[in-house]
Amino acid sequence: MDETLWPGVGLHVVSGKGGTGKTTIAAALAMALARDGRRTLLMEVEGRQGISQLFDVPPLPYEERKVAVAPGGGEVWALAVDPEDALLDYLEIFYNLRRAGSALRRMGAVDFATTIAPGLRDVLLTGKACEVVRRSEKNAPDAYDAVILDAPPTGRITRFLNVNSEVSGLAKVGPIRNHADLVMSVIASPRTAVHLVTLLEEMPVQETIDGITELRQAELPVGGIFVNMTRTPILTDAELDRAVHGDLPADQIEQALRSVAFADKAPALAATLVREGDDHARRVALERREAARLADLGAPVLPLPYLSDGIDLASLYELAELLRAQGVR
Amino acid sequence: METPHLHIDELIDDREISIVVCTGAGGVGKTTTAAALALRAAERGRHVCVLTIDPARRLAQAMGLTELDNNPREVPGIDGGGSLHAMMLDMKRTFDEVVEAHADPTRAQQILSNPFYEALSSSFAGTQEYMAMEKLGQLHAASEAPWDLIIVDTPPSRSALDFLDAPARLGSFLDGRFIRILTAPARGAGRGLGRIAVAGFGIFTGVLSKILGAQVLADVGTFVAAIDTTFGGFRERADATFSLLQEPSTRFLVVATPESDALREASYFVERLQQENMPLGGLIVNRVLDVERDLLSADTAIAAAEKLALEDSDTDSVDLTARLLTLHASRLRTRERQHHLTERFTGAHPGVETAHVAALPEDVHDLAGLREVGELLARGTPV
Repeated sequence: MDETLWPGVGLHVVSGKGGTGKTTIAAALAMALARDGRRTLLMEVEGRQGISQLFDVPPLPYEERKVAVAPGGGEVWALAVDPEDALLDYLEIFYNLRRAGSALRRMGAVDFATTIAPGLRDVLLTGKACEVVRRSEKNAPDAYDAVILDAPPTGRITRFLNVNSEVSGLAKVGPIRNHADLVMSVIASPRTAVHLVTLLEEMPVQETIDGITELRQAELPVGGIFVNMTRTPILTDAELDRAVHGDLPADQIEQALRSVAFADKAPALAATLVREGDDHARRVALERREAARLADLGAPVLPLPYLSDGIDLASLYELAELLRAQGVR
Repeated sequence: METPHLHIDELIDDREISIVVCTGAGGVGKTTTAAALALRAAERGRHVCVLTIDPARRLAQAMGLTELDNNPREVPGIDGGGSLHAMMLDMKRTFDEVVEAHADPTRAQQILSNPFYEALSSSFAGTQEYMAMEKLGQLHAASEAPWDLIIVDTPPSRSALDFLDAPARLGSFLDGRFIRILTAPARGAGRGLGRIAVAGFGIFTGVLSKILGAQVLADVGTFVAAIDTTFGGFRERADATFSLLQEPSTRFLVVATPESDALREASYFVERLQQENMPLGGLIVNRVLDVERDLLSADTAIAAAEKLALEDSDTDSVDLTARLLTLHASRLRTRERQHHLTERFTGAHPGVETAHVAALPEDVHDLAGLREVGELLARGTPV
């Protein structure tokens, strides 16, 4: 694909159902976008330290840290945002209350504030992402070419991003309202793309469909659908068709096995191979049904393969390369 | 080292066991496991109630749960002498019912229409966990109820530990000193906090009302005042169910898949249960690839496939066989990796009884499918 997906997007929000590899995809995206000397920031907001585990670095503080180098001299930086820290930042900027803020935090008061108003927590987290994105407009020395946000899962993403309605019950005027407006001016604009990660299974696909509907209703910019852990069928379409109908020729397979000297085992092995072929075919049929449902959603679909050796730094490079080949640059 | 085998049937047949909690990371198949276990227990003669949190549509339909009414419904089509009731948790309604049951109608109305209550009961972090605990407590306390075994699925939290922590957190939040000071600023606020803290708190409330708006704080205040006089402490209720989970009649089943993230989460949970003296039933590893490991090695399969591919043959079945051998090799390798990951867990937690459940090619959408999962759970070994 020659076309570049999402040109002009500075904030990539990555969501997805639990277990689909959301953090992995966010990291691969940060890596893909950091090629050729660019700098990207990968942010996490759920206090899971998923990034540090993935990049095999010590737990991230509330401070931007370089975690990897991309091919071509680019850099991937990372930041774990904590709502309490973000609130203290906020108190400092608007009220000059750093020290009192720290004392209140020790008393648990900051936790209390973000608890009675969950919308406050979200606006602080998204606000941090937007602050970083807006650095590039000001040509700040610490600006990034792209910010990738490892966001909450699909079920909560629209509420999380739609901070305007989140804080609607809060103060009608004042700094937090201005803050929310500023956040929305970035998030609900072409500068942002909200991506969803899924697997070709019924539940994650259904959540993706529901998630996209919700995002569109809230007029938030839908980016791409990343289909993680896809497998290329090993059998041909004709063979898959036979297998689905339980029609693989066990006797001929047994004969072929005998020709490569599995005389004793041939019958048992043929039976096993046929059973596995059936299983494989049913799996492929299910995946194709789910893929067809995703194709109807009117968003680019980017498949990424299942990596049988698990995910480590090397596989992030591999996934990043595959993303670039599909137009993520 | 030999991993002890988890015998699911022994567990569900044990009449002393009255609560089974299925827990684990998101997306590992907790709900399906809970449903399959419940069906199996019922068909082995137990009277079971299964509390699911957020089942997939088809799984819910499989159990006849077409509407969410927050009450257990009897599932038709159960074989044998037992019975099965199933329900989906409606957290808002559970919360409403708690309020209605403990407050007089006027006060209940006051609470239910409070804007802060609205937010608390529908979108609060931890409310779902709290209400799952609350519902479990209710189901257990229902003396007239037809069930003698409750199987609980846990909410799809960020972390499996949230199920244990969120209720107490929400409870102590509602009973906490900040909420009290905030709601009664005139009455010797902050006694015991110290003067500096009180001064800090003054700044804090000032800032808070600037940020959040005075109305939010006022709503919180009215809510707490109304709820406080009606029933004795959220925290106590949470604690009561928490201690129920420490009883010897409870068993936790930690559910995982053979992936490093899910197993890491399972590890945390197993350690936590030990700390809390909560009875661990065992580990269920779902979606284990079912592959015959004794026939031939992955390398031999690949070598044979290559040999066949080189054969100058026009028969389709030779190519087909070569591809099937490749498929077999790739399954063996995946299985090997899964085995390695579960071994790591076992090494860290020797003695935890484990059942392996083979991956099914398709999602479960009827009772027959659940029965099949139950069968695999009982067998506990792939293949």
